[in-house]
Amino acid sequence: MAERVGFFTDTTVCIGCKACEVACKEWNDVPDDGFVFRATSYDNTGALGASTWRHVAFVEQDGRWLMSSDVCKHCTHAACLDVCPTGALFRTEFDTVVVQPDVCNGCGYCVPACPYGVIDRRQDDGRAWKCTLCYDRLRGGMEPACAKACPTKSIQFGPLDELRQRAEERVERLHAEGTTEARLYGADPDNGVGGTGAFFLLLDEPETYGLPPDPVVTTRDLPAMWRWAGGAALALAAGVAVSFLRRA
Amino acid sequence: MGGGWLSRWPVIRQLRGEDGRGRAARSARTDALRPRVEEAETVARSVCPYCAVGCGQLVYVKDGKVTQIEGDPASPISRGRLCPKGSASKQLVTHPGRQTTVLYRRPYGTEWEPLDLETAMDMIADRVVRTRRETWQQTHEGQEVRRTLGIASLGGATLDNEENYLMKKLYTALGAIQVENQARI
Amino acid sequence: MAECHPVGYQWVMEARERGAKVFHVDPRFSRTSATVDRYLPIRAGTDIVLLGALINYVLANGLDFREYVLAYTNAATLVNRDFRDTEDLDGLFSGYDEETGRYDPSSWAYEGDVPEEEEPVEGGARHAEAAGSDSYGARGAGASATPPQDPTLTDPRCVYQIVKRHYARYTPEMVEELCGIPPEGFHELAEAITANSGRERTTAWVYSVGWTQHSVGVQYIRAAAILQLLLGNMGRPGGGIMALRGHASIQGSTDIPTLFNLLPGYIAMPHAHRHGGLDDYLEREGADTGWWGNRRAYVVSLLKAWWGDAATEANDYCFGYLPRLTGDHGHYASVMGQIDGTVKGYFVVGENPAVGSANGKAQRLGLANLDWLVVRDLVLVETATFWKDAPEIETGELQTEEIGTEVFFMPAASHVEKEGTFTNTQRLLQWREKALDPPGDCRSDLWFYHHLGKRIRQRLGDDDIDRPVMELTWDYPEIGAQRDPDAAAVLREINGSAADGRLLASLRELKPDGSTSCGCWIYCGVYADGVNMAARRTPHTEQGPAALEWGWAWPANRRILYNRASADPQGRPWSERKKYVYWDGTKWTGPDVPDFEEDKAPDYVPPEGAKAEHALAGTDPFIMQSDGRGWLYVPSGLSDGPLPTHYEPHESPVRNALYGQQANPARRTIDRPENPYNPALSPRFPYVYTTSRLTEHHTTGAMSRPLPYLAELQPEAFCEMSREMAGELGLDNGDWATIVTARTAIELRVLVTGRVRPLRLNGKVVHQIVMPYHWGYSSGGLITGDIVNDLPSIVLDPNVYIQESKAGTCDVLPGRRPRGPALLDLTERYRHG
Repeated sequence: MAERVGFFTDTTVCIGCKACEVACKEWNDVPDDGFVFRATSYDNTGALGASTWRHVAFVEQDGRWLMSSDVCKHCTHAACLDVCPTGALFRTEFDTVVVQPDVCNGCGYCVPACPYGVIDRRQDDGRAWKCTLCYDRLRGGMEPACAKACPTKSIQFGPLDELRQRAEERVERLHAEGTTEARLYGADPDNGVGGTGAFFLLLDEPETYGLPPDPVVTTRDLPAMWRWAGGAALALAAGVAVSFLRRA
Repeated sequence: MGGGWLSRWPVIRQLRGEDGRGRAARSARTDALRPRVEEAETVARSVCPYCAVGCGQLVYVKDGKVTQIEGDPASPISRGRLCPKGSASKQLVTHPGRQTTVLYRRPYGTEWEPLDLETAMDMIADRVVRTRRETWQQTHEGQEVRRTLGIASLGGATLDNEENYLMKKLYTALGAIQVENQARI
Repeated sequence: MAECHPVGYQWVMEARERGAKVFHVDPRFSRTSATVDRYLPIRAGTDIVLLGALINYVLANGLDFREYVLAYTNAATLVNRDFRDTEDLDGLFSGYDEETGRYDPSSWAYEGDVPEEEEPVEGGARHAEAAGSDSYGARGAGASATPPQDPTLTDPRCVYQIVKRHYARYTPEMVEELCGIPPEGFHELAEAITANSGRERTTAWVYSVGWTQHSVGVQYIRAAAILQLLLGNMGRPGGGIMALRGHASIQGSTDIPTLFNLLPGYIAMPHAHRHGGLDDYLEREGADTGWWGNRRAYVVSLLKAWWGDAATEANDYCFGYLPRLTGDHGHYASVMGQIDGTVKGYFVVGENPAVGSANGKAQRLGLANLDWLVVRDLVLVETATFWKDAPEIETGELQTEEIGTEVFFMPAASHVEKEGTFTNTQRLLQWREKALDPPGDCRSDLWFYHHLGKRIRQRLGDDDIDRPVMELTWDYPEIGAQRDPDAAAVLREINGSAADGRLLASLRELKPDGSTSCGCWIYCGVYADGVNMAARRTPHTEQGPAALEWGWAWPANRRILYNRASADPQGRPWSERKKYVYWDGTKWTGPDVPDFEEDKAPDYVPPEGAKAEHALAGTDPFIMQSDGRGWLYVPSGLSDGPLPTHYEPHESPVRNALYGQQANPARRTIDRPENPYNPALSPRFPYVYTTSRLTEHHTTGAMSRPLPYLAELQPEAFCEMSREMAGELGLDNGDWATIVTARTAIELRVLVTGRVRPLRLNGKVVHQIVMPYHWGYSSGGLITGDIVNDLPSIVLDPNVYIQESKAGTCDVLPGRRPRGPALLDLTERYRHG
């Protein structure tokens, strides 16, 4: 197993340019999410979903305009993966959580399981989609597309331990400079999901950015869940095998 | 297929008791995943066409198609980074809304018509020569001016220096002085 | 900057992390405002008040960098006795002619400069020809490199005292009254920039079209130049004034201009009434001292590049082949020519005036009155499709079946489908490699003009008027199945060569005798020794911070202009901290290429009668100026005065509190039915508008709206307004609003935001709205919207003929605009109501 990698998104230097949203879509061939003027500051993609794997939130406050690029958290205890009956979701050698579109059958169990509301099914093909942390790029020694593009390095990619240390130092410095509201979100390995592979430095409460304040993995009774899922998968396996044979 | 695709199918492997949350769940496609830029036949070193910062771009081409455009980490200007427009450069050059054939609208016409490129070039040359001759000014208010006010040009500022150079050179020789650019605007 | 140049902004963010303090002055609270130390909202069109007050703050408190100012600027130079300032004439300078609306600048000259003889030029009066060459530092032939000075800076006629008097009434109170910036904000800015300037520190200013698109735009930049010179921030690392250009090669488009008034390298196009033959032209177009003193070499080398062997000393090197100007032949003048029917044929190349130029209706009426139109672009832009979907079709002003314009749409190659150079906003030329052939009929503009030129030549004969075309050097090698002309061959022609064909290495090799050719003298050296310097790509990790081996910057690969000023008069670094280019005892050295003769010692004193660069002393860093000095005061070359002066925008809701003169007296208006103006101070148009851009889009949208990944990020045209203004109008966030000017009315969605705040000016509340202008009616059709640039009028800066689209007045109505002819009724009511 390679070293665990992830994202540290430092929102204090985010300029809300959305390069991450576009670079992600260009690399991963993610379709557009519709052309809807939402009148919610500069945000017109709304939220993370099947066709938006990076999402920049814009929060207008008195004299302050907060921007933050959200992404799949790649949880230590990933409920989406736990409930996936087909094994479409798996944990990679980088300790990231990835959906395999060739395996996903669109059952959708993962969607309500995610405590962050990240993973979602695409209307047209029914399958579940989310950030892969550019798994294919990682396999070639490249950094994820969003982190590479980010003009101000608000999105940083690297070994999680290093990122956590860097983030701690950053928070200390901000506190010393008087930005006492700076805090990390998701970096704590003892939180409800065992820490996230993608964590954030925020300047306000998580809810302000549309993030759940205290997410808990929805699959605490994991072994039972797994047996249940396995049973369901067996039933599905027969059906899908038949359909494969027909195609062949 | 060796053990057969069925035996490699993640659900089957999980049911056999392999670790459903680790390597066992991987499909053959997943095992084969690599960054597609590794398959590029050529990589051109380019420059972003949007604003004037001049970010370096790497353009990956395979089978005569652009497969990826991303930042050039070697650039002292951009260090590999791109904004949303720069990041959308592949879509800029490959999107289906791009017009790739010559179109012609005849005077008073209500629709576009197709036109052969060579024919269009000849027709445009004819019009330049005719308009130039019909509107030629040898003198103006008693001074020699050797020009035409019948032809004007407005260029964008995403034109290359070499292109601007040929434009200015040709227009000036033709006596066309109303040669303008986005730089004025 | 964060909004429109995000990747460039990484350096600002990094500087902030290292302790730099960043201010943002803008009518609009943008992404930039969100990420700086202090945002100062300002009423659009009042920046000279703010900059003037900063100048006043520096001078009144003795905070100028005196050693720098004395040695490197014209602060001590004495000005003509006849000069009268706006302080004396209530907003006018001496030399103004009410009838023509033009200045005679002769009284602005330095003492001792000989005024030119009377010239019957445009407007009848002798005045600096607007949009002339950029050899503004010239002062005309015969000017001395050492005009009379008062080094004590006490003579009331010295530049220092004139500048001090001129800005004395630009006070923090005036800033509050006109700009809407409270005194504490002003003082924070003033204290920061003065504390951060001097030997040890430097301050930089960055601007974009928010400073240029005004009827007094050139003077905005001049005001910043005065401030930076007073603080010693020019020619030094971390200093300067950065023009952030919005297009990939907008810098290149002025260097190698497709501009009516310029030839390559900022050489003036000859003027019928000003210039006779080559000698006469050279005599009048510039001074003999400073580097422009070599202009014969630049001009003759250009003529040799264009006409080759046909250009001989005997025929003035074909100088007579150059067509002559007689006034303004700029973009907006051409549009009026289209409406009047004098312009018959129009090439629009990678441009979209139907959406991008001020008063879009005038643009489209012009297009509809052409004989033929050629549009080259990646998508079917509005300029190509106006004949079937322009707003004037809906209102009935135009009918498709009655538009006689013949339209050719020629699909263009993208940036990856051709090779060539862009010049970025730092004067850096970067060569792009070609990745693949363009699809279908798509071709580069290089291909188009090369093959068009060949076809035109086939159609011309030996008539006298055809000779300039037939004798033109036009034999570029063709490459590949598509017969693309070799862009490198064109760049080599631009670089220039000696008579034996050897490529020149430096502009210093250019000769006035016809033995060298060079297509653009400032680009000479880009192909030195046969190496395409613009294609160099040594990674930044393998070279110093100046990155001299990445691309090539004009001139001579110098990265900071006038960098001799980074050392003191004796040639020593001003400080160890700000060490850059310095004299090491035998030569100038440092991490950059010195913008100075490498072996000219700091103690060099020019001999009597010296010419060109030899006339400048070893302490004169501003080598393009005829006196080698940075000009606080501009004695010649500008159309609207030697010093920046606040004038209200042509359309303004308030009086000019500084002078009786309301707007720039020399501004150019176009008084025609197609271009009606909102009256100044009109209660019918109570709101101030400014136009803007968004990160997610590019100019008129042709390179962003057809792209789903960008279109989804900002899908609809909108305006931003304060909660207070929305409340007054009964508008909720997301509603529709109709914006009205005398030109037309458009509809936009409303983004109600606390980021836009009402300004309090002298007790009066003024509301501003901000409108990104990226939408139009076609361009790929993915997302469309009304055209914001249909709102501004055509009123122009008198120096460069740029339109005032960044500050105007309007009315705002709740709800969507009327459709069809009812739209015309609405604007008619506003014009006459």
